[in-house]
Amino acid sequence: MRVTRRRAGRAAALAAAASLLLAACGGGDIDSGDSGGSAGGADCGDFNMAINPWVGYEASAYVVGEVAAQKLGCNTNYLKLKEEIAWQGFGSGKVDVVIENWGHDDLKKEYVDKQETAVVVGPNGNVGVIGWYVPPWLAEANPDITNWENLNKYASDFSTAETGDKGTLWDGDPSFVTNDEALIENLKLDYEVVYAGSEAALIQGFRNAEKNKEFYLGYFYEPQWFLSEVPLVKVDLPAWEEGCDADPATVACDYPEYILDKIASADFMASGSPAADLVSNFTWTNDDQNQVALYIANDGMSGEDAAQQWIDDNPDKVDAWING
Amino acid sequence: MTVELTEIEHPAAEAPVPQDDEGGGRLRWIALGVVVVVWVILGVIFHGKGTQDLPVSQLTAFQEWLNELRNTIEDAKFNGNPIFLPIDWLSEALDWTVTQLQNLFVSDSSRPQGVAQVGWAGVVALAVWVAYALSGLRIAILALAVMLSFGWLGYWEQSIDTLIITGVSVVICVIIGLPTGIWMSRSKRVTSVLTPVLDTMQTMPSFAYLGPLVLIFGIGNPGAVVATLIYALPPLIRISAYGLSTVSPSTVEATTALGSTSTQLMTKVQLPMARRTIIVGLNQTIMAALSMAIIAAFIAGPGLGIPIIDALSVLNVGIAFVSGMCIVFMAIMLDRATSAAGERSEATSRREVNGQRRRLILGISAAVAVVVVAISHNQLRWNVFPDSEWGRRIANWVNDATDTISNSIGQFTRWLSDAFTEVFLNPPFGLDAWFVDAPWWLVSLGILAVAILLGGAGKEATPRLAAAVALGAAAVLMSGYWADSPLDMSWVIYWGAVVALLIGSSAVGGGGALIPTAASISLIFAVGLWNDSMVTLTMTLVATLFVMIFGIVVGVWMGRSRRVDATVRPFLDGLQTLPALVYLVPALAFFPAGRFLAIIAAVLYAAPVAIKITADGVRSVAGPTVEAAQSLGSSRWQMIGKVQLPMSKGSIVLSANQGLLFVLSMVVIGGLVGGGGLGFLVINGFSQREDFGKGLAAGIAITALGIMLDRITVHTAARYGRADTA
Repeated sequence: MRVTRRRAGRAAALAAAASLLLAACGGGDIDSGDSGGSAGGADCGDFNMAINPWVGYEASAYVVGEVAAQKLGCNTNYLKLKEEIAWQGFGSGKVDVVIENWGHDDLKKEYVDKQETAVVVGPNGNVGVIGWYVPPWLAEANPDITNWENLNKYASDFSTAETGDKGTLWDGDPSFVTNDEALIENLKLDYEVVYAGSEAALIQGFRNAEKNKEFYLGYFYEPQWFLSEVPLVKVDLPAWEEGCDADPATVACDYPEYILDKIASADFMASGSPAADLVSNFTWTNDDQNQVALYIANDGMSGEDAAQQWIDDNPDKVDAWING
Repeated sequence: MTVELTEIEHPAAEAPVPQDDEGGGRLRWIALGVVVVVWVILGVIFHGKGTQDLPVSQLTAFQEWLNELRNTIEDAKFNGNPIFLPIDWLSEALDWTVTQLQNLFVSDSSRPQGVAQVGWAGVVALAVWVAYALSGLRIAILALAVMLSFGWLGYWEQSIDTLIITGVSVVICVIIGLPTGIWMSRSKRVTSVLTPVLDTMQTMPSFAYLGPLVLIFGIGNPGAVVATLIYALPPLIRISAYGLSTVSPSTVEATTALGSTSTQLMTKVQLPMARRTIIVGLNQTIMAALSMAIIAAFIAGPGLGIPIIDALSVLNVGIAFVSGMCIVFMAIMLDRATSAAGERSEATSRREVNGQRRRLILGISAAVAVVVVAISHNQLRWNVFPDSEWGRRIANWVNDATDTISNSIGQFTRWLSDAFTEVFLNPPFGLDAWFVDAPWWLVSLGILAVAILLGGAGKEATPRLAAAVALGAAAVLMSGYWADSPLDMSWVIYWGAVVALLIGSSAVGGGGALIPTAASISLIFAVGLWNDSMVTLTMTLVATLFVMIFGIVVGVWMGRSRRVDATVRPFLDGLQTLPALVYLVPALAFFPAGRFLAIIAAVLYAAPVAIKITADGVRSVAGPTVEAAQSLGSSRWQMIGKVQLPMSKGSIVLSANQGLLFVLSMVVIGGLVGGGGLGFLVINGFSQREDFGKGLAAGIAITALGIMLDRITVHTAARYGRADTA
C-alpha cells in the first residue's frame, strides 16, 4: 500500500508540473483561444446532422453538412443513427436535423405534437417511392410477375433455404419503414420476409440476381442511384388510397408516395443559427440526390468528397439555399 | 477466458452430486435414448401443430404492456418527473466528463480546428509512460507501437474516443464493483441475491437494453458509458468476490485473533492478498468494456464502432478490417498491460524490484513525457496526427482481394449455405423439425426430460418435479396460450407472479437442472415468444455442435503438442478480441443473409474458447497416466480415444457450456443479417417504435434460454466431469 500511495503523490506532483509547463510555453504555431468560423456572419457553432443508414440519405446529409461547414463556418458533426434513435436525440440537443424523413407519423405524434422537441421544417424536394421490385430480366421473361395477384404462382421459384416452400421477400435494414409482414399476411401471399440487413445487401442481391438470371423479390425504394445501374421493375400492389394503411395490422395496399421532409430540433430552429436557415431553404431533386449517391456508392468517394464535388458543380443552387 | 475463470462464474459446478454408480449411468443413457426416440416419433405425428408461431406484426398483451411502460417512462421524463432529476444529473456529469477528456486528448484531423489540449505525440508519450510505470519496459514498447498504429491506420481520433469511453466506464466499474465484490465475499445472502442479477447482466443481449438506456440516459456519451458499464461490471464483482473469499482462512483467523477490526482485516490483509485475482477481474472487465464500447456506436457512442457499423451498412470489408485491426491492437495492449501490472504488483510487494534505480528512471522518463506533452500542445505537427495513406491502402487491398475471391467462389459459398441450411436446420431432417415445427408441449417436456436425465432433479426430486409442473402450468395460463387471448389480469399481479416464480425457483433451485430449466421454459412462455425462441435454440444447438467439433479436434491437437499450441494460440486470441460485428462484414461478402451466416459468425466467435478449454484439459491429463498407457503400447489414436479424451471429459463439458453461451450471444448479432428468431426481434425492437415491447420480451427470452442452457451443462459437468479432475 505504501508504494502505491507514494506513486500517487508523485503522479500528482508531475501533473502539477505538467500544467505549469503548459501554461508557461506560450509560443508555437497553434493559436490558443478560438479562431472562430472562417466565414459567415452569426456564430454557427455545432451543427449535428443525423445520418440514417441508406446512401440517398447520406447524399443529402453530407451536402447540407458541408455547405454549413464551408459557407457558414459551422462545426458539423455527422451522427450515424437509425431513424427512431435519431428522433430521440432532438430533445437533448444531440441531434439537430434529420434531413430526409419518410412519413413516420407515429414519431411525429410523439416528438412534434406531444413533446414539442421536434418541428417539421418542410419538404426537402425529394419524392419517395417504396415497393417490391424484381430484376429486369425477370420482368421481361415473365411480364405477368409485376402484378401481385400472380406472385403466388411464382412462390416456389422465389423460395430459398431460409423460407422452405414459401417464397422469399427480401427486406433491408429492420429500421426501414415497412409493412411487408402485414402485406404478405393480408394479401394471403405464400411468402416470408427475410431481412438482408442493409441497403447494400439488397443491392448485392439484386445485382447477383440480374447477372445470374435468378429469381429475387425485394423491398426497395426511390430516389435510388442503383436504378441507373440495374433498372429494377416495380411490382404493382393494390393501389394506395387515403387511409388504407392507417392500421398497420390490416394494411393490404401499396405504399403511398412519400413527400420526404426535413425534421429538426425545435431548440435548434429557434436558436438563430445560420444553419437553421440553411436547413429551411434546402431543397433539391431526386436526380440531384442520385448524382451524389452515385459518387458515394459507385465511385467510392467519401461523403464529404462527394458533397464537395456536387457543391463545386452547382454553385447556383447552393447560393439559393444560403441567401434564401 | 480460462478454465479457472469459468469455474469462478459457476459456483454451482463445485457442488459434488456424483451419487450414481456406473450402472445407474448406463440406465440413464438408455432413458435418454428413449426420450429422443419418443420425441422424434411424436414430432413426426404432430408436425406443424401447436407451434405457437406469433406473426411479426402481432404483439401479445404482455408486449403491448411493455410498449405502454415505455410511453409512461418517456412521458415521466418529458414532464420532469423528480425521479429523473438524479438520472439527468448523472447523464450530464457523464457527458461533461467524456467531453472534457475529448477536448483534452482527442485531436481530430478531419476538422479544420481539430486541435486538442494534448496532441497525439503527448498522448502517445503519456500512454507509454503509464505503461512503463505500471507494467514495465516491454509493455511500454508495445504501447508505443499500438498507439502509433492507430494514427498510421487512419483512426486516431476514433481509437482515442474508444479508449476514453472504455476508461471512464472501467473507472466507474471499479468504484461500484470493488465494494460490491467485498460485500458479496462477506455475505452468503448478498451473493445469492446478486448472482441472478449478474447472470442477467451478462446474458441479456446488449441490443435489448440499448433501447431502454436511450430512453433513460439519452443518446451519445452517457448512454454509451452506461451500456458499457452494465456489460463490463459483472466480471470484476464476481472475480474480486471470489479472490477475497479464497484468502486463506487461517490467515484471517490469525489476524482476527490479533485483534484487528474488520476494516483493518480488509484493507491490510484481504485486499492485498487478493490483489492478483482482483487484477484478473479488472482485466476481464476492461476487455468486456472494450467490446461493448464498440456496440455503443449504435446509440451515437463515439469511437471505433462508427466505422464498423458503417462498413456493415455499405458492405465494405476493407474498412471493417482496418478498424478491426485497431480494436485488436488496442485489446492486446490493454490485456498485456493489465496482466503484466498484476504480476508486477506481486513482485513489488515482495520487494523484488530495485526501488532506487526504478524511481530514478521513472522520474527522468516522466520529465521527457511532460516535455513531449508541452510540445504537442503548441506545435500543430505534433498535435494533429499527420495524414497517412496506410489504412486506405490496406482497406483497398482487402476489398480487391475480397472481390476476387467472392467472384470465383461465390456460387460455391451460396450453394454451401443452402445445403447446410437444408441438412442441419430445415425439416424433414434438420433440427427445426423437432423444435420449431413440433408442438410446444412436446418440446418443453422433451427439454425437461433431457435436463433431468443429464443435469439431475436435485435432492427431493418429487417436490421439485411438482414445483416445476406448477411453474409451467402458471406460465401457460399467464401467456394465454389456451385461450385465443391472454388472461385479462392486472399487470401488477402478472409481474408479481413472474418475480415470485423466479425467486421461488432460485430458492429451491440448488442441486439440479430441473427447476432452472422449468423456470426458463415458463418465462419464455410468459413473454409470448415460444416459436421464435425455438428458432434461436436450434441455431444455437447446431452452431454449438460445430464449435464442439472444432473444440475437440483442434483442442486435442493443441493439447498434445506444445509447438502447435504456441502457433495456434495467437490466432485464437486475435479471433476472441475482434468484436462480433466485425466478422459479419466479410461473412456477408461470401454468404447470403440468413441463419447460416449467423451460425458461421457464432462458430468463429465461440470456437476459440472451446478449443482453449479442451486443450488445457487434454494437457492436464497427468504425465504418469500417459506414460503408463504408452508403456502398454497404446497407439496414438488409442491414446487419444481411450485415455486423453475420456480423462478430459470435464473440460469438454465445460467447453460445451462456454460454447453455448458464446454462441447464444452471437446469434443475436446474427439478427442484423437475416438470422431471424429472437435476435431479429431484439434488433427490430431497437429499430421500430411499435416493436419496442416485443424486442424487450425477446431479450428476456434470450436470457432465459441462456440460463437454461448454462444450468443444464453446469449440472451435467458437475455430475460427470468430476471423475477426471478429482
